[in-house]
Amino acid sequence: MTLLITVFAAIIVTIKWYTRKDDTMQLGLLVFMFWGASLMWLGDAIFGYIEEQAEFFAPAPADMLNDAYLGLSVVALALVIWLVRLLITDPKGVVKSSIQKSVASDSKKKAKTA
Amino acid sequence: MACFLVSAAEAVVVTAVEKHEEKKEKSEEIRVTVDAPVKVPMSRKLKWLTYMLWGGVILLAYEHVWHGEVVPWFPFLTAMSDPGDAAEMFHEMATIGVTMAVIITVCWFIMCKAADAIMARKSQLPAVGQEL
Repeated sequence: MTLLITVFAAIIVTIKWYTRKDDTMQLGLLVFMFWGASLMWLGDAIFGYIEEQAEFFAPAPADMLNDAYLGLSVVALALVIWLVRLLITDPKGVVKSSIQKSVASDSKKKAKTA
Repeated sequence: MACFLVSAAEAVVVTAVEKHEEKKEKSEEIRVTVDAPVKVPMSRKLKWLTYMLWGGVILLAYEHVWHGEVVPWFPFLTAMSDPGDAAEMFHEMATIGVTMAVIITVCWFIMCKAADAIMARKSQLPAVGQEL
């Protein structure tokens, strides 16, 4: 289930990356992260299949739920990493201009009170 | 148990090689001719591999924390506290871990070949203003 959720996330992000207008959203990182994790879980799944055979495709509902929960958490973690990097690199200058504006308004207020 | 450590080791090595390659490419004189096909630099290709490896390692490390196989205190891997578990962990690293690293590297190699083929195809397109 974790593999499946990660693969779907990878496919969706890849489509978004392919149809993007510019590179300011830095979707490339997210694409590589999801595909990297998907390929690694694929390796794990291959060994799981060799060990369990057909039973591998019929997990217990509790295990499936736990794996789905884990898959969603993994997607959330990847999105947080991507978002933090996006805000730090700030390709559109949104964070910088926002900080500049708040600093300017603060100094205006201080000048008024003085 | 700790299969992601094999990919983590590969990621460290590839990152070092990528940084070295990037430095080398920067120091080399860049000669661009109009007719020459645009090539994907090796440092760029290695960057793709590092992103895939580090991304996979971070997300798999999280999975191991989720399952209680990695803990934030020494020795960090729960399997290390028992010799039997440690042997099983090393076996898992040698089988699943190596397979994971090989799958990613093979996919990256195919991706690089595909990127080169695409760039070669693109450079055969007529120049702007030239009739088809």
